[in-house]
Amino acid sequence: MPQPPAVLEAIALSRTVEDVREGPKSLLRNIDFRLEQGQVLAVIGPSGAGKSTLLRLLNRLDEPTSGQLLLQGKDFREIEPAQLRRRIGMVMQRAYLFPGTVAFNIRYGPAQHGVSLEHDQVEALLEHVGMSGYAERDTATLSGGEAQRISIARALANHPEVLLLDEPTSALDDTSKAGVERLLAMIVRERETTCVWVTHELAQTRRVADLVLSMRDGHAVALGPPAQVLDA
Amino acid sequence: MLKFLFHTQVSLGLAQAAVVALVTIIVAQLAARRGALIGREVPFALLRGLLQILAVGALLALLLRGPWWTSIPMLAAMILAAGTIIRQRVPELPGAYSISLLCMCAGAGGVIAFMAILGIVEPKVTMLIPVGSMVIANNMNIQALFLNRFLGEVRAHRGEIESALALGAKPGSAVAPYLRASFDASLIPAANNVRSLGIVWIPGIMAGMVLSGSSPVYAALYQFVVLGMIFTAGAISCIVATQLVPRRIFTPHQQLRALTR
Ligand SMILES: Nc1ncnc2c1ncn2[C@@H]1O[C@H](COP(=O)(O)OP(=O)(O)OP(=O)(O)O)[C@@H](O)[C@H]1O
Ligand SMILES: [Mg+2]
Repeated sequence: MPQPPAVLEAIALSRTVEDVREGPKSLLRNIDFRLEQGQVLAVIGPSGAGKSTLLRLLNRLDEPTSGQLLLQGKDFREIEPAQLRRRIGMVMQRAYLFPGTVAFNIRYGPAQHGVSLEHDQVEALLEHVGMSGYAERDTATLSGGEAQRISIARALANHPEVLLLDEPTSALDDTSKAGVERLLAMIVRERETTCVWVTHELAQTRRVADLVLSMRDGHAVALGPPAQVLDA
Repeated sequence: MLKFLFHTQVSLGLAQAAVVALVTIIVAQLAARRGALIGREVPFALLRGLLQILAVGALLALLLRGPWWTSIPMLAAMILAAGTIIRQRVPELPGAYSISLLCMCAGAGGVIAFMAILGIVEPKVTMLIPVGSMVIANNMNIQALFLNRFLGEVRAHRGEIESALALGAKPGSAVAPYLRASFDASLIPAANNVRSLGIVWIPGIMAGMVLSGSSPVYAALYQFVVLGMIFTAGAISCIVATQLVPRRIFTPHQQLRALTR
């Protein structure tokens, strides 16, 4: 029996950019992985290893130089970019909320394809991230941790099949960091969301990851279950 | 005061130009010390502007006697020149020149043609060239302000724009707030001119017409028409730009380009 397609698969993924001074610069070389439904891939590695570069490719914010990316077995290039990005949600390192109310931000994604969220649906998403009652707040008045929670709820509003998290807590202080991390771990487990999670927290990695991709200088150092990669 | 020292019209004109240039250069140098980039290019810009306008003055003396259609290539040449000036303001925008030309042809070109066809501007060289050049020059400034502001907004809001893309927004809607802000900002000077007309500002053509003996009321109405044309041309060119520019700053796969200067 043929294997069912993976939810997200990367094959020999590479990216080279043309640097004005230094000439061609290889940011990512030959990254492979395969994620099944509900699996969490933690991406770890020192600063500059290429973790964000990888995540941007997975959201098609940048184009790979070579290699292939597949969503449910279908090549990224065959999927309309806006639709692809709706199916693969992304939470960035810093929450770039849009000016206006929290509710406007939550409604933004669905509104892009003509879906208007009801008040109750907005409330439910806010409750999910522990922000009930914030719907009408001006985003300019939110704290860093609150803003990051809203940016998570905003990504979840699209019901993505895959969730990309680029160090979603690195801009936060320790208290909000712990809260947001717990929240994400809960959401990912509860929703069985397939997830690529860039993180620095090794303890957290052990708790949430099914697979760990350890990177350095743009290539994979190791890929495997947490016990195998982290204790090597 | 200068009148007592210089007796012919041309030498008086030159002396006046020299005084203005001197003052402008001093102010520009003071500005440059406060970090305004623009200060360094002022002396050159002044000299260039002086030579250009002198050449045109000489040329006009010849051309103003030609048939009306000779103004078409002249106006077209002005638009081409304005396009190169706009491009220099936004070197990081791919295709800035062709975008600017299209926008100004639709804006300034369209409005001038419309006015000439309706007979609001008499179709003769002595009308088409001065009025047309005013509309084109203002259109150039509005267009440059629009593009400059828009690229500035995009550079300052990469995070928001890419967040919008990541939420499934099309490039056009991801940059819509910045297009709107640039549109408003670029039309502020032209809108202010219309609003303050007569109160803060009695503009050149009206002054000129009254001096040369036209009825002040007719001169006033005419001035209003010209300012309306300037505003309309600017608005049209920005509307066209709103359609054309987003395509240039995104790749075909809806990715925001680097836009490094
Ligand atoms: N467009 C680009 N042009 C040139 N170099 C780039 C470009 N984008 C990224 N880089 C370089 O690629 C390397 C990897 O960057 P990346 O942002 O992926 O690192 P990272 O692993 O996410 O690091 P951090 O943990 O600090 O966020 C860095 O050295 C960065 O300077
Ligand atoms: Mg990073």
